[in-house]
Amino acid sequence: MSETLLSVHNLVTEFDTDEGRVRAVDDVSFDLAPGETLGIVGESGCGKSVTALSIMRLLPQPAGHIVSGQVLLHGEDLTQAPLKRMEKVRGNSIGMVFQEPMTALNPVHTVGRQLAEVLLLHKEISKDEATRQAVEMLDKVGIPAPDLRLGEYPHQLSGGMRQRVVIAMALACKPSILIADEPTTALDVTIQAQILELIKELQNDMGMAVILITHDLGVIAETSNSVVVMYAGRVAEQGNVYDIFDRPTHPYTRGLLASIPRLETVPKSELPIIEGMVPGLLDLPAGCRFENRCPHRQDVCAQSIPAMEPIDDAHAVSCFRWQELKAAVDQNR
Amino acid sequence: MSATPILEVHNLKMHFPVREGIFMRTGKFNKAVDGVNLHIQPGETLGLVGESGCGKSTLGRCISRLYNPTDGQILFEGHDITRIKGRQLQPYRQNIQMIFQDPMESLNSRHTVGDILQEPFIIHKIGDRISRKKRVAELLEIVGLPARSATRYPFEFSGGQRQRIGIARAIALNPRLIICDEPVSALDVSIQSQILNLLIELQQEFNLAYLFIAHDLAVVKHISDRIAIMYLGKLVEDGAGETIYQNAKHPYTQSLISAIPVPDPHHEIHRIVLEGDVPSPIDPPSGCAFHPRCPKVMDQCRNTTPELLPLVDAAEQDVACHLYTS
Repeated sequence: MSETLLSVHNLVTEFDTDEGRVRAVDDVSFDLAPGETLGIVGESGCGKSVTALSIMRLLPQPAGHIVSGQVLLHGEDLTQAPLKRMEKVRGNSIGMVFQEPMTALNPVHTVGRQLAEVLLLHKEISKDEATRQAVEMLDKVGIPAPDLRLGEYPHQLSGGMRQRVVIAMALACKPSILIADEPTTALDVTIQAQILELIKELQNDMGMAVILITHDLGVIAETSNSVVVMYAGRVAEQGNVYDIFDRPTHPYTRGLLASIPRLETVPKSELPIIEGMVPGLLDLPAGCRFENRCPHRQDVCAQSIPAMEPIDDAHAVSCFRWQELKAAVDQNR
Repeated sequence: MSATPILEVHNLKMHFPVREGIFMRTGKFNKAVDGVNLHIQPGETLGLVGESGCGKSTLGRCISRLYNPTDGQILFEGHDITRIKGRQLQPYRQNIQMIFQDPMESLNSRHTVGDILQEPFIIHKIGDRISRKKRVAELLEIVGLPARSATRYPFEFSGGQRQRIGIARAIALNPRLIICDEPVSALDVSIQSQILNLLIELQQEFNLAYLFIAHDLAVVKHISDRIAIMYLGKLVEDGAGETIYQNAKHPYTQSLISAIPVPDPHHEIHRIVLEGDVPSPIDPPSGCAFHPRCPKVMDQCRNTTPELLPLVDAAEQDVACHLYTS
């Protein structure tokens, strides 16, 4: 990879809870190149959203802490940046879109006021100019009659339209990175298609990089250049999209890909499953996090945590037995 | 098909009054279900697919008689159950059960799992205390939960386990038909397949019929024999699962299928992206309700509502679209 826009190094994030300290993100590293789409995929509680909140320094306070690691934006470590500096970074350099657009918008202010607020906060422009740019942004995200919509309140818009407004807000200051956390999960499939299309268009248009967080492997396959698969706070496997979908090596990635019903699977056939369930963060296995559900488990897996090992250029996996497993897959090919 | 269908629905309508103004007058109606016909054979799964607000859940609740339909007919094994009430309804309550999307909300959090699973027997006055206890242990085993779960409370279980409890409750009285309303959409990917396998296994073992309501087409295709597509209170297409996916005729079905993200980066995307949102069922568009979003709209679509009719050249595929009527 030529240049790196954002680089996350060995990020560790913990939360104080009533039952003690839990580690939600454990030793996560990845790089994001300009214009690239990086997908972070995993099930609930795997730490994918906390990773995003850590990058933005938006962890719930006082419970959430970044314990160690670095988040380098153009070489500047955001984990050490003063809050004043972070206010500039949010919106200006990194925009964020959340799952539920209704909670991201203020219900008592008009769409126009909220959009203009973002612009006024980050740019030295007049109110009229802010309104003009707000209309332009709404038009850009495909909202019909944008000048009329400016005066409307969030509840007057449909779910898809609200998500467009949130995207408009996130992109108002033309950030170089957009973090989208489950941006289409609350939406219907036909609306999801519209929003994914929109993000792709805006990305081509504005040249920003996207970190897309989702549990939907279909969305990942369709949009991402590179993929990080997370499980119980750690990265199980990462690589480019073909590494992950064509040559999945970690037993979790393979189990996940095998278990989803596809349009071409035989109806009512038994789906391969991953036994058991995701462990709670309070009682994580001591060794490999996936150890208690893994069909390839050995004694060593329960004793220590496997390191991230490179398979080739970008593809890396955290599994003691990846070489054997890979050899078996290659043979069956 | 020859056997008597376990369920037949004729021209079913569910119109909710919309109260507005200071006098709460009912001027308008929300036509959540507006003239639906369908049938399900014993042991068969009919998948019902549509976007939020299309009326699919309302349709399920009419069939289980949680709602009193405005018009139309529901026949269960040939008996009209559309209007019956009270004691007459009891045997049908036993035979038609429901599984809901969020098991946390559909299980009483103050009752132990044992109490929750015994309740159907108490309501329907079946067995004594000892036989009920035995049956609860049996049910837990069938759905793959340890017997000690009976003394625990719903919050002590994960989402997937809670859905297993919901399923155990639904099969407790040996029903013939289960309405599954988005039973896996709240679950994690690795848990979804466990629950789907369980539902398929139970169907084969107990000859259950399912009405499987969901918005995830890949899931529906996997579990269903036949699939019906719903848009704004009406069915727009139905047919065998494979037929619908290989050879969808209605422009809405076609765009819905094309919108599913496929978990394969080599898959070429030929997407028909629909413009706009689903209109309100209070004030649906004239003619074909899909016409404002339809890429193939014609003049007659704006005025005349197309009927769900069998396709001439395809066995067992019905479509409601003017493209195929001329």
